[in-house]
Amino acid sequence: MSGSTIIFYLLAALTLVSGAMAVTTRHIFRAAIYLLFSLIGIAGLYFWMQYEFIAAVQIVVYVGGIVVLIIFSIFLTQSAGELLPKQKFGRTLFSALAAFCGLALTMVQVYEHTFEGTQESAIAPTVANIGNQMLGVNDTGYALPFEVVSMLLLAALIGCIVIALRSPKGVVATTKGQLTEDIKPVINIKETESIN
Amino acid sequence: MTLEPGLYHILFISAALFFIGVFGFFTRRNLITMLMSIELILNSVNLNFIAFNKYVWPNRLDGLFFTIFVIAIAAAEAAVAIAIIINLYRSHQSIDVDRTTELKY
Repeated sequence: MSGSTIIFYLLAALTLVSGAMAVTTRHIFRAAIYLLFSLIGIAGLYFWMQYEFIAAVQIVVYVGGIVVLIIFSIFLTQSAGELLPKQKFGRTLFSALAAFCGLALTMVQVYEHTFEGTQESAIAPTVANIGNQMLGVNDTGYALPFEVVSMLLLAALIGCIVIALRSPKGVVATTKGQLTEDIKPVINIKETESIN
Repeated sequence: MTLEPGLYHILFISAALFFIGVFGFFTRRNLITMLMSIELILNSVNLNFIAFNKYVWPNRLDGLFFTIFVIAIAAAEAAVAIAIIINLYRSHQSIDVDRTTELKY
């Protein structure tokens, strides 16, 4: 058993165990930290497969961005040290059963299928090759999706600001003149909150 | 099935991670933990793309590009979802999905 194999199994164990802990622990802050380790394990698997650029992107975007964002939102919305409510036993049991059956079905299908790799020479996933193809406008280029994703990110940015904006009068973002009975008590809570 | 890690091992990790995420999505009732489950699911998909790129079509980089775009879209999705969650918490003082029934009106 070579060192590479041992590292692979260690990374796999890190990813799966922390992933399982992230969805089962009742401390929400610990769940975020377990998610962090699971994402680091996946980045390690990308390094193991020698896709260094994707591994770096994984660490920068997920570990440095999304997990920090999740931790901030936990601080904003949860009271510290409070446990998540316990789930009904039946719900947990049937969810576990459904997940296990799905996994078994998928793996049976995968193991029955033989994947035949291509015989052509490999392209190294270097940053130069990635950049050339990313902005290429020929048949294999990805210039159009690149531009579409940049528009999507701009839309998401503006959308986040509009959604999370606290309006000056304390009114929840809703269409003017369509305040129904259900929404009114919510506005009252908001107004008392802003007075306090 | 050998002990030497290859495509099938990575596919197993990816499938297991996917269904861990599905299990979390079924059992959790807090919006932030449900978002964490979605992140796990998206990451398992990325792992699949990279594994197929490396072991089945190493002469192309398409799997890698799909992974990059999925990461970008997942980041945008997480940001919008957290903005909605914080707004929901402001108006309902709770982010439990069982208690947010007013959202549909």
